[in-house]
Amino acid sequence: MRGILNILVKELLQLKRDPKILPILFVAPVVQLFILGFAATTDIKRVELAVCDLDRTAASRSLAEAFTASTYFRVVATTDSQDELGPLLERGDARVALTIPAGYGGDRAAGRTGVVQLLADGSDATTGTVGLSYAATILQQITEEDGLRPQVELRPIVLYNPDLKSRNFMVPGVLAMIIMVMTMMLTAMALVRETEIGTMEQVLVTPIKPIHLIVGKLVPYALVGLVEIVTAMPVVLLFFAVPMRGSYLTLFLLTLPFMLCTLGIGLLVSTLARTQQQAMMLTAFVFMLPQVYLSGFVFPIQNMPEPFQWVTYAVPLRYYVTILRGVFLKGVGFAVLWPQALALVALGAAILTLARLRFRRRLG
Amino acid sequence: MIRRTLAIAVKELLQLFRDLRTTLTLLVMPMVLLLIYGYALSFDIRHVRLAIVDHDGSRAARDVQQAYLRSGYFDLVGLERDEGALDPLFDSGRAQAALVIPDGYGAALAAGRRTELQFVLDGSDAQTATTILGYARQIVASVSPVLRTPTALGPVAARPLVWYNPDLASARFLVPGLVAFILMVTSVIATALAVVREKERGTMESLRATPLLALELLIGKTLPYLAVASLSAAGSLALAWALFDVPLRGSPFWLAVVTLLFLAGGLGWGVLISTLADTQQVAFQVGLLSSMLPTLLLSGFIFPISSMPPVVQAITHIVPARYFLVALRGIVLKGTGPEAWGMQAVALIVYGGVVLLLATVRTVRSL
Repeated sequence: MRGILNILVKELLQLKRDPKILPILFVAPVVQLFILGFAATTDIKRVELAVCDLDRTAASRSLAEAFTASTYFRVVATTDSQDELGPLLERGDARVALTIPAGYGGDRAAGRTGVVQLLADGSDATTGTVGLSYAATILQQITEEDGLRPQVELRPIVLYNPDLKSRNFMVPGVLAMIIMVMTMMLTAMALVRETEIGTMEQVLVTPIKPIHLIVGKLVPYALVGLVEIVTAMPVVLLFFAVPMRGSYLTLFLLTLPFMLCTLGIGLLVSTLARTQQQAMMLTAFVFMLPQVYLSGFVFPIQNMPEPFQWVTYAVPLRYYVTILRGVFLKGVGFAVLWPQALALVALGAAILTLARLRFRRRLG
Repeated sequence: MIRRTLAIAVKELLQLFRDLRTTLTLLVMPMVLLLIYGYALSFDIRHVRLAIVDHDGSRAARDVQQAYLRSGYFDLVGLERDEGALDPLFDSGRAQAALVIPDGYGAALAAGRRTELQFVLDGSDAQTATTILGYARQIVASVSPVLRTPTALGPVAARPLVWYNPDLASARFLVPGLVAFILMVTSVIATALAVVREKERGTMESLRATPLLALELLIGKTLPYLAVASLSAAGSLALAWALFDVPLRGSPFWLAVVTLLFLAGGLGWGVLISTLADTQQVAFQVGLLSSMLPTLLLSGFIFPISSMPPVVQAITHIVPARYFLVALRGIVLKGTGPEAWGMQAVALIVYGGVVLLLATVRTVRSL
């Protein structure tokens, strides 16, 4: 026990001594959360629209007016020549172009369908898709206002996030990612540095047991991770107004098994890498990117091909993102989240065991 | 000047080759990552987990259920008796959406009265939820009869035409973004430790004793990595073209120019970090954090920049991937030339210049 404590104190002292590391530990995460939390929004407002009215009747003008007045679009250009639409889309000035062909007003007055043309820029598929569906909504409204109403209406009830703000979904994800990145990299670096400088040898000839060394090295970084959550919380709750429907206790308790995994990965990296450069590459390519892309943080897991969905089960961040979103948005607790907690504990134990074995082999 | 720069470049190259693991990682990893994530990333939503509560039981109610299940978007996860059974399904995430058919639905439809269906939706993932709601509305519109008033005008319909990416496949626009992301991370990682390592090991002192200028040192250190990164960039772009249907509609020459500018910027940023940091640990941390998260979130790779608040939009201007992505998508997907993305190229040049200048100033001071 004394051994663990000594290592722990030494590690904390060392952290304190490096003047550049403290801002990185405590200021950078909050700043990142600020910026990235604001940036991570898929709510597309005001798609840039170009309008080309070839009909010039009262009906076509009122259609164009409906697009201009809606909050979905921002009209960037109005022309009466279709040739001008191409360059607007090419440069990216407009994302969607609406052409009202000659005869539109006449067709509708005669009870026939008035067909308009919508040209969308598919190079940004998200904005293109959203732009087309906004336009369809407006056209449907006009049809209904002019006397054709569908008999069945769909009344949506949106749970957990009634305003459909993507920020509520993304900010907990960003938080999870920042915690992961910080704890994983710090641990990996701290251990590799000792190996590279050669002080690891010195520590090993002391009577400290490897397990004590490991625990003493990991605990300070676990503390750093917990402090980071506490400092990030006001930003999440006050600035981004993400609802906190669950309990803080659940959140903290479920963070521990996640950090078991991230710290364990850090330790594992340190046993695999000889130099800090190798450690950096291993962390980035093998452990960080898969977590970013295969955790469902941005890209929904259900959209992936099946083999990739299986792989996601080995990604700790996947469970932690589910936990954070569950606690924040759904207000659920252990009763619902126990499978995720269990998976994290199992993964963490597996990773730590592996790291411990590698660590011992290295000593021998 | 050139001789000394080359001398450093050769030394760095030798050092790089001696560490075969690092060289191979830098060379091959980008392609491997592209291969993996190119297949995994998609916003095209299928297999929505749908629960159904049918209080009506009429023929019309069964028709609408069939319409949902046959659409190809929804997978049935449960037929429930009442809404109370839905809560646990939603809480645990086993259902994402539920269709509730009220009692009297069929009768109202037969009598020509207006009626409604309820669609309960897990809104936590707003983007997915919006897409699902769109699907649900389309299906209802397709089964619903239309009531017309006596003065009704004809309906309005749209003939959509999508340029550059006709089936709106998200892969085609995500893969170029992924290429930019991977290249940025790789190039920063490649150089972030280049200078600080010399500092930490004390070999910086030896360099100081030589007649080497700061700029020569930095360019010499960057060149070998630029060569390696260019190779892996070429490989990644070829892979994107061969496997992910990403076309090359524009000129390969401009593609090469823009990519080189971008790589130089990324490598330069790594060098700058390296000159600022005193320990590899700090360089590592700053390098990864400043390349990975901003390129992921602030470049327009996934999240449209125009939807961000103005302050954040201003910040995106210091993310080089932002410019590269516009040019890259322009060249490969739209086939545009410098007249469309010239400003982006200029921005990349400015970025590279500023970064290298700062790094030089910093090194001069420490030399």
